[in-house]
Amino acid sequence: MDKQTILMTIVGMALVTLIPRLLPVWLLAGRTLPPLVVTWLRYVPVAVLAAMLAPSLVVRVEHLDFSWSNLYFWVSLPTIAVAWKTRSLFVTVVTGMGTLALIRLLLGE
Amino acid sequence: MAESVANTESRQNSSPVIRGMLQALPVVMGYIPVGFAYGVLAGQAHLSLFSTLLMSLIVYAGSSQLIAAGLFASGQPMLSILLTTFIVNLRHLLMSAAISPHLSRWPTLQRLLFALELTDETFALHSLQFAQRVPGARQVFAVNITSHLSWIFGSWLGFVANTLLTDVRPFGLDYALPAMFVALLLLQIQHVKMVVIAVLSGALAVLFNLLGFETWSVMLATVLGATLGVVLETWTNKQS
Repeated sequence: MDKQTILMTIVGMALVTLIPRLLPVWLLAGRTLPPLVVTWLRYVPVAVLAAMLAPSLVVRVEHLDFSWSNLYFWVSLPTIAVAWKTRSLFVTVVTGMGTLALIRLLLGE
Repeated sequence: MAESVANTESRQNSSPVIRGMLQALPVVMGYIPVGFAYGVLAGQAHLSLFSTLLMSLIVYAGSSQLIAAGLFASGQPMLSILLTTFIVNLRHLLMSAAISPHLSRWPTLQRLLFALELTDETFALHSLQFAQRVPGARQVFAVNITSHLSWIFGSWLGFVANTLLTDVRPFGLDYALPAMFVALLLLQIQHVKMVVIAVLSGALAVLFNLLGFETWSVMLATVLGATLGVVLETWTNKQS
């Protein structure tokens, strides 16, 4: 790809990314939405976070993987426990990263 | 619940800008390593430093940038890169819609500037806090700009280091974002119904992944999950 096509592609990527980000905030805010829609929107954060997280923990190359080698899943258990106990974003992130690094060190990966 | 986040992540007596920057710290910890990974891939895909950073500045969407770097490397046509980016990032439509009721008092221009920097992580952070109280615009923008700068900085580091260091795994840095999603998801959950919806949405997303609909899985699972939330809510209201 030549330089100009690369730049055009990146600008195009920005447009297709930013339009979905902008439209709802531009059109919906300030309007009174029907109660059902408000309820629906209240469930979006939980649903979208779970939908992004779950596959990253248990799916590897289009297969469910609960084997010991899938560290992403096993490390998520102490991470969940710490998140539940401390309710701190920072402590949770450090725990998750630290546990994973430690296990990899012990396994010699 | 959001209060505990605010308290641990910021001091009461500091300025709104400092509060916002501190609040963004967990996002920064995730963005620098993931941005780094993107920078490495972009460098190896022979994108220029300018293109690499431009993408982090104007696209600013982690997973789609990583995918795009791969597509550039394998010489995919422009249209296929654009279409993939569009589908992968369409989930922001739902996030923007979910956040919009909280910003109804903001002027339009401010709302649009806010939405430009709406990512998975800043969305999760803001929606958690906005449910309690919408802080001043300066604090909100401090969160967004700090996060965005850390993403650009991580991309730059990765690009510069792409021939030196290619593996972030020994430090567990690749786990920063999954761990953050774990915490943000748990903090969102306010009642049992939300646990049910989280489990169902997660299971649906896993199912769609297994069936090979990887690019659409987040969108589909979110739409279905939130709809099931409404069903559950209406059903329990009728019961009581």
